[in-house]
Amino acid sequence: MEDLYRDQIIDHYQNPRNHGTLEHPDISYEEDNPVCGDHIRIDLKVDNGIVTDARFAGHGCSISQASASMLTEDIIGKSLEVVRQIGKEHVLEMLGIPLGPVRMKCALLALKVLKAGAYGLQGWPGDEEEE
Amino acid sequence: MTSTLDVAKIRADFPILNRRVHDKPLVFLDSAASSQKPAVVIDAMDHYYRTSHANVHRGVHTLSEEATALYEGARRRIGKFINARSSREVIFTRNATESINLVAFTWGRANLRSGDEILLTESEHHSNIVPWQMLAKEVGAIVRYIPVDAQGYLDTSALDSMLTVKTKIVGIASMSNVLGTIMPIEEVTQRAHGVGALVLIDGAQGVPHLPTDVQAIGCDFLAFSGHKMCGPTGIGVLWGRRELLEAMPPFLGGGDMIRTVTYEGAEWNELPWKFEAGTPAIAESIGLGVAVDYLSALGMPAVRAHEREIIAYALDRLAEVPGLTLIGPDDPDRRGGVATFTLDDIHPHDLAAILDGEGIAIRAGHHCAMPLHRKLGLMASSRASFYIYSLPEEVDRLIEGLYKAKSIFKR
Ligand SMILES: Cc1ncc(COP(=O)(O)O)c(C=O)c1O
Repeated sequence: MEDLYRDQIIDHYQNPRNHGTLEHPDISYEEDNPVCGDHIRIDLKVDNGIVTDARFAGHGCSISQASASMLTEDIIGKSLEVVRQIGKEHVLEMLGIPLGPVRMKCALLALKVLKAGAYGLQGWPGDEEEE
Repeated sequence: MTSTLDVAKIRADFPILNRRVHDKPLVFLDSAASSQKPAVVIDAMDHYYRTSHANVHRGVHTLSEEATALYEGARRRIGKFINARSSREVIFTRNATESINLVAFTWGRANLRSGDEILLTESEHHSNIVPWQMLAKEVGAIVRYIPVDAQGYLDTSALDSMLTVKTKIVGIASMSNVLGTIMPIEEVTQRAHGVGALVLIDGAQGVPHLPTDVQAIGCDFLAFSGHKMCGPTGIGVLWGRRELLEAMPPFLGGGDMIRTVTYEGAEWNELPWKFEAGTPAIAESIGLGVAVDYLSALGMPAVRAHEREIIAYALDRLAEVPGLTLIGPDDPDRRGGVATFTLDDIHPHDLAAILDGEGIAIRAGHHCAMPLHRKLGLMASSRASFYIYSLPEEVDRLIEGLYKAKSIFKR
């Protein structure tokens, strides 16, 4: 059980990185997880195809908020091309804990929001991300 | 703590209570969402399928007659359980939600006009809000909500000013599934009748936990679900006053609900079958009949007395936990076996996950009462709920689990 709440997750939950919103984001997208009401918004500043700044805002359980915090930290400085390649496994690896089907959705909400926002820029459908 | 129920004996009747979760003995504190089932209920359904299953009301063969007798026998026992004047007033549905929809869409469509008002309370479950909103939208009626305070007590002075000749129906839960508040339904019924409005009681929580007598309440409709009262899923009840049910148009059309059908039209069957189109949930209704016998043998006053004791103990123990905020009534006389709370800044889903690791099942979220949560300024809450098989030791396990969660989330 302690596995489910590694210190790193609690740390990101209680001291979220890149928390807030951007004044003039190039990409902004938000979504709910209707099952638990978790909500995440992600704002990106993109310069020459590179993510130069990222912020997240929202509310929800530690898993959903910590994954958003870790994800924003992870993508700053990366190109949108690279960001687009980020898959579910990468997020689960960052979290580093086993998750059941319900909490999986909490864990992947931030990625879902990010992908929808990033693909939206290219006119891709936003809901390709896995369940 | 002395209990009015022999809880050890009751626990032996519920096979699932022997199971372990994450290698710890299960502590099931989610009965308000759905209760567990005693072996007699499971066995009755099993036995029915093994010995007497056939379709009801159709055949003249032995199995069909047996099935019909069991099905209609269950209806009679359920009618007695809520002191219905006649079992013809007991209509089988899938659940409380379907029962409320039945009233909204048959009685509601036939009787509500533009400008009429539907009066609910602020603490209703989505099941007793959404069907009325749908109806209101369709006919141009208005849904209004009687305020409740932070403990869930109804503002009875607002009730008086909100009840007018425009009010056509009042919908109220006899017990709130979030706050546990036991509502003054007799008083509300009397006052509503004073302006000529009907009263629908959402008994989804009240019927499993409190003695419920429809004639004493004086209400017009009562909706409840089998699965929250030791019965199976897939079976619920709408009780209604006979004159009203007689005058209402049917809900769904099909087999069993007709007397005669021609290519031009149909004549409706008599009560209760007018409202039971198609093959019903036969095994489930039999299971609910046995569940009702099980609860009757314990005695609903004793069930209530047990739950009053356990909620009083739980409220005391929970109040000791630093950072824990309880919502709902302080007074166990006015509260059912539901303890809803928040703990520090720990999200209810995290809390539920940590407790699950300890074998403890609680509910986290908005409990199908989003408007109430918003009013209370909460996104979500945690709910521990009790039933006939709940023990004070389980409250103690819950408290230990809460301290564990606090230590994990300690900065
Ligand atoms: C007060 C109340 N009303 C209605 C319902 C709906 O019950 P069901 O989902 O069985 O239709 C519930 C169940 O959660 C409830 O607690």
